[in-house]
Amino acid sequence: MKQRPIRWSVYAGLTPAILIVVFAYIGTIIWTVGISFTDSRMLPVARFAGFSQYVRLFGTERWLTSIQNMVIFGVLMIAISLALGFLLAVALDQRIRAEGFLRTIILYPYAMSFIVTGLVWQWILNPTLGIEQTVRGWGFENFRFDWIIRKETAIYCVVLAAVWHAAGLVMAIMLAGLRGIDPDLWKASRIDGVKPWRFYWHIVVPILRPSFISATVLLSLGVVKLYDLVLVLTGGGPGFSSDVPAKFVMDYLFQRQNIGLATAAATTLLITLLCALTPWLYAEYFRAEKRKD
Amino acid sequence: MSTPPAKIHHVRMGEGPSGRAPKSIGPARIGIYAFLVISALFFLLPLYVMIITSIKPMEEIRLGGLFSLPTTVTFEPWAKAWSSACTGLDCRGISPGFWNSVKILVPSVFCSIFVGALTGYALSFWRVRFANLLFAALLLGAFLPYQVFIYPLVRIYSATGLFSTIYALVLTHVIFGLPVITLLFRNYYAGIPIDLFKAARVDGGRFFSIFFRLMLPMSIPMLVVAVILQVTGIWNDFIMGLTFGGLANRPMTVQLTNLVAPTEGEIAYNVNMAATIMTAAVPLIVYFVSGRWFVRGIAAGAVKG
Repeated sequence: MKQRPIRWSVYAGLTPAILIVVFAYIGTIIWTVGISFTDSRMLPVARFAGFSQYVRLFGTERWLTSIQNMVIFGVLMIAISLALGFLLAVALDQRIRAEGFLRTIILYPYAMSFIVTGLVWQWILNPTLGIEQTVRGWGFENFRFDWIIRKETAIYCVVLAAVWHAAGLVMAIMLAGLRGIDPDLWKASRIDGVKPWRFYWHIVVPILRPSFISATVLLSLGVVKLYDLVLVLTGGGPGFSSDVPAKFVMDYLFQRQNIGLATAAATTLLITLLCALTPWLYAEYFRAEKRKD
Repeated sequence: MSTPPAKIHHVRMGEGPSGRAPKSIGPARIGIYAFLVISALFFLLPLYVMIITSIKPMEEIRLGGLFSLPTTVTFEPWAKAWSSACTGLDCRGISPGFWNSVKILVPSVFCSIFVGALTGYALSFWRVRFANLLFAALLLGAFLPYQVFIYPLVRIYSATGLFSTIYALVLTHVIFGLPVITLLFRNYYAGIPIDLFKAARVDGGRFFSIFFRLMLPMSIPMLVVAVILQVTGIWNDFIMGLTFGGLANRPMTVQLTNLVAPTEGEIAYNVNMAATIMTAAVPLIVYFVSGRWFVRGIAAGAVKG
C-alpha cells in the first residue's frame, strides 16, 4: 500500500475535502476567534481589544444561565436516556411478543426533527391546552403541571422532550450490543443460578461498555448543538431561564447584533470542547492505528 | 465509537432475542410487559395528539382539550395547512416549504455523499501526505457546534453572492455532512481486503477508475445507509436553512415555525398540527420503509474506523 509514488489524481480526488477543511473549518474558526478579540459590536472592526469581550461575556447573567442549563440538560438527558434506553433494550430482549412493533414505536421519535419534537411537546405541556387542562377536565381541579411556564422548571421540559427523542437511539445501540453477547453466557448463568438482575449488572453492563460509550458520545453531540429544540419549545424562556449556549450565540449574532460578544461565546464553547475532546479523540483514532486486512 | 465495525455489519436487529427464556408467566413477566406498554404509550403520545388534533374541528379543541377523540372527523385542517394557511401576508400554506426542502434535499444528498465517499476511499486505500491531519480536522468538523463556523460563512456567502441561494445550502450541507460520510465510508473500506485493491492496481486501475468501477459498486450497502442518514438529516435541518436560506429558500422546518408562530386571533391548533405532521412525514416514511437500515445508519455514525 505504501510503496507507490503519489499521483496527482489522488489529490484531485481529495481537493473538495482539503478545500472544506482549510476554508470552511480552519479558516472560519480563525476568523471567529479573531473577531472575539476586537471590540466589534454591530459590524466587525479590526481594533484589538484583548479579553474585554470575554470579561463582558462572563459578566453577562444570561450567558452564565445558559452554561448552567447546558450542564443540567447534559447530565440529566444523558443519564435518563442511557438508563431508559438500556432498560428498554433489556426488556425487549426477553423473548417478548410484538418485539418488532415495540422497537419501531420506541425508535421513531429519533427520525423526527427537533422542530417537530419541540412543537408537539410545547402543545402537550402547555397548561391551558395539554396535560394540565385535560386532567382538570377529568375533575381534578387543583392539578398542576405547569413546568413549561415556570422559570425554575422550564429546562426540565427540554430534558423531557430530548429524552423522548433520543431514548430509542440508545435502545437500538444497546439491543445490538445485547444480541452480540455469547449465548453460552446466559446458559452458564442459569445453570449457576445467578439472579437475573445481578447477572445483568455485573456481567452484561461491563460487556456493553463500548455500546454505552458510543451512545454517550452521540448524545453528547446533541447537548452541545442543542438549539432548535429550545427555540420552539420554550423560546429560551420564561425570560432567559431556559437559554442554552448555542442559542445565546445565534441571538447575539443575528438579532441583537453584538458579534463581538457572540464570537467570544462561540470561542469559549470551542476551547472547552477542544480541551474535553482532544485527548479522547487522540486515544480513540490515532493510537495504534492498524488496517484490518 | 469503539464498537468493532465487523460487529455492526453482522448485527441483525431481527435476530432472535438472546435473553433468558421465560420460565412461566410470573410477576416478572407482567412487570416487563407493563414497563414496555407504558413506555410505548409515552413514545406514542405526541404522535397520537398530532394526528387526532389535526382532524378535529376547532369547536371541539376549544371544548375538549388535546387528548379526547374527535366526534366529527374533518380533513379541512390538512387542506388548509398544505395550501392556504397564512404566514404573515403569504397565504400559501406549508407547500412552498415542502418544495423548497425537496429542491435543497436532492442535490445536497447527492453531492455530500459523493464527496464523502470519494474522501473516505482516498484516505482508505491511497498513500496521502498529512492524511492523519486531514482526518483529525474532519473529526473536529463533526464535533464542533455550528456556531463556531456560522458567522464567517454568512460573510463568505454574502461576498460571493451565494447567500440565500440553493447553492449556499447545498454547499453548507456538503461541508457539514463530510465528516460523518467520510467516516462511514472509511470504516466500510477498512473492511474490504486490501488484496482486492492491489489486484485492481496490477490490472492498471487508476485512482478514479478503481473508485467508480470497483469500490463504488461494492459499497451499495453503505450508499443506502448514507442516503438514509443524509435524507433524514438534511430534511430535518433547521439552523442552516434559517441562516443561509433567506426568504427565497426556506426549507419546510423553517416555514413550519413561521406558520405556527402565534398571531392575532385564535390559534388554529388543528391546522398547525396537520402542518407539523406533514413536515415530519418524509423522515418518518424513510424510517418505516428502511427498517433496520435506519438503525445501521445511526449506529454507523458511532462506529470507530
